[in-house]
Amino acid sequence: MTPLLLSAYTATTCLGRGLDAARHALHAGRSGLAPCAFETVKLDTWVGEVAGVDDEKLPARLADYDCRNNRLTQMGLETDGFGDRVREAVARHGKARVGVFLGTSTSGILETEIAYRHRDPASGALPDGFNYRTTHNSFSLAEFTRAYFGLEGMAVAISTACSSSAKVFAAAARQIELGLIDAAIVGGVDTLCLTTLYGFASLQLTSPRPCRPYDATRDGISIGEGAGFALLERADNAAPGSVLLLGAGESSDAYHMSSPHPEGLGARLAMEAALRSAGLAPDDIGYINLHGTATPANDAAEGKAVTALFGDRVPCSSTKGATGHTLGAAGAIEAVICALALADGVLPGSPGTAARDPAISVQYLLESRATAVRRVLSNSFGFGGSNCSLVFGVAA
Amino acid sequence: MNSPLHAWIEGIGFLAPGLPDWPAARAVLRGEQSYAAAPSILPAPSLLPPAERRRASRVVKTALAIGLEAVAHAGADASQLATVFAASGADGHNCHALCEQLAGDDRQISPTRFHNSVHNAAAGYWGIATGSMAPCQVLCAYDASFGAGLLDALAQVALERQPVLLIAYDSEYPEPLHAKRTIPDCGGVALLLAAERSARALASIRAVPTNDAADTLADAALEALRAGIPALRALPLLERLANAARGSVCLDYLRPMQLKVDIEPC
Repeated sequence: MTPLLLSAYTATTCLGRGLDAARHALHAGRSGLAPCAFETVKLDTWVGEVAGVDDEKLPARLADYDCRNNRLTQMGLETDGFGDRVREAVARHGKARVGVFLGTSTSGILETEIAYRHRDPASGALPDGFNYRTTHNSFSLAEFTRAYFGLEGMAVAISTACSSSAKVFAAAARQIELGLIDAAIVGGVDTLCLTTLYGFASLQLTSPRPCRPYDATRDGISIGEGAGFALLERADNAAPGSVLLLGAGESSDAYHMSSPHPEGLGARLAMEAALRSAGLAPDDIGYINLHGTATPANDAAEGKAVTALFGDRVPCSSTKGATGHTLGAAGAIEAVICALALADGVLPGSPGTAARDPAISVQYLLESRATAVRRVLSNSFGFGGSNCSLVFGVAA
Repeated sequence: MNSPLHAWIEGIGFLAPGLPDWPAARAVLRGEQSYAAAPSILPAPSLLPPAERRRASRVVKTALAIGLEAVAHAGADASQLATVFAASGADGHNCHALCEQLAGDDRQISPTRFHNSVHNAAAGYWGIATGSMAPCQVLCAYDASFGAGLLDALAQVALERQPVLLIAYDSEYPEPLHAKRTIPDCGGVALLLAAERSARALASIRAVPTNDAADTLADAALEALRAGIPALRALPLLERLANAARGSVCLDYLRPMQLKVDIEPC
């Protein structure tokens, strides 16, 4: 693919609001996970909750979109000056020429979960104030973002579970490549809700402790929430050192709804496709941000796929011990973490992980390491066997 | 019309209330048969193993039925195909059951219900059943989901030069959500899109964004389907295909942006 410039990027997670909060926590190996005290949830698990989400006030004209997921969307958009960079891009390219491509797994379903506690006792009807379209529906965050910036062009939500907001980079890149748009807001937002907390617990995939990716004693995920965004534009005049999207690869496991292919076959296909798309070889990659959910099955399968392609040569880590697994937002948040690694020359470690799994022979980083790298790869895999890998680099 | 969003349609799948497959829809769209309203008939998904076949939800049955019909129509091999699934929502009945249970005292939901709740459940079952490890997109743009799916599918065909199966489908919600999202029944359309013209090509399709008004259908019952089931926003395009008529139609997408679609039968 033709490289694209990340002309702005930002992430808000349990590590804090914006790039500096993420940077400081990742360099210091600090985790944002805490015992779950979300809403009325009673589960023995840890979560990565973002502080202050419900203090966020949406503009009056967009009041219908008010829900935790869109509050976090707005909070993310107005962090690190990202919103101003979007408004400049809209002024430059026109309001029909900036697309919106956002990933989510559960959007604002928390509103529906709460509405079901307040049904009319006689008719069973949901409360009058409940608005399915502007909260629950998967498109809600993309429609909100489009309206927030007064855009009039294409917009879409991608919902492939935990690969959602990696795949938005690929979809947006296609439309820019074909000249249908000149810029794209890409990203992902997911917020805590009962469906995912009780759902992953029902699959016995949540850990009672902070998650420990690639650890020999790992026993499940810690669910997080977050918002990650990037502004993609053509890279013709990219300044040296700026961060570029170089390649994207997508594949399917065709294996199982909630377990990865045991040999990581789909994961390997996605990484190979991303390298091919970037015109690079495995030796060109200096760091891999792993999907690394900390379930026994995911890390074993992903480890096999990474070893098959890269051996133990490439430093890699999962940052989910810091942020939790932010599900549909993970791809975008980890893309931003990759951008920080390229920009700062610091590879993040893996808070929570104490003893590497000796059965997985990747070069796994427990602590952050100061190393300048030119090109990095990020993995995102989801339920239903949906895989996406992205390659980022710095402009020469 | 000059646009890079171009492909050759090789196969069509269709399902709607009163119109169980593409030949039935084609006859009505040609005016050879009159439309008779009836509940959608959802075939048992022959692709799935018996246990999954029995348990398959209405939305999964709909997506698999139209996808398979388009693949069979084109004589294609589903195990090699990239796919784009476009749906305005996931499994409404499963969603209702989960929300009802999560509103009560016993919140220990079933793991199967949970993994079936993801927006990409139908795509996951399609992948397992066909064995296709090719890229699989799953997207949502509320009432604009067909247009969003068409844009990504045509872009993939144009850039990858590989066939892409677009499967656009919707299913109803039960009450009380039905009152808030009034999709009346299951329905959908599938198009197998190829980069190069072959002997199997039915028509060429080219799309470009426009600010023109979207076309409607003259028949009130068919227009109600177009307006009521998001995937059936494709009906003006299918009317052209049914009649092997050339020319442009304007499909409802995301106001003010609509999609002008140019069809040339082979």
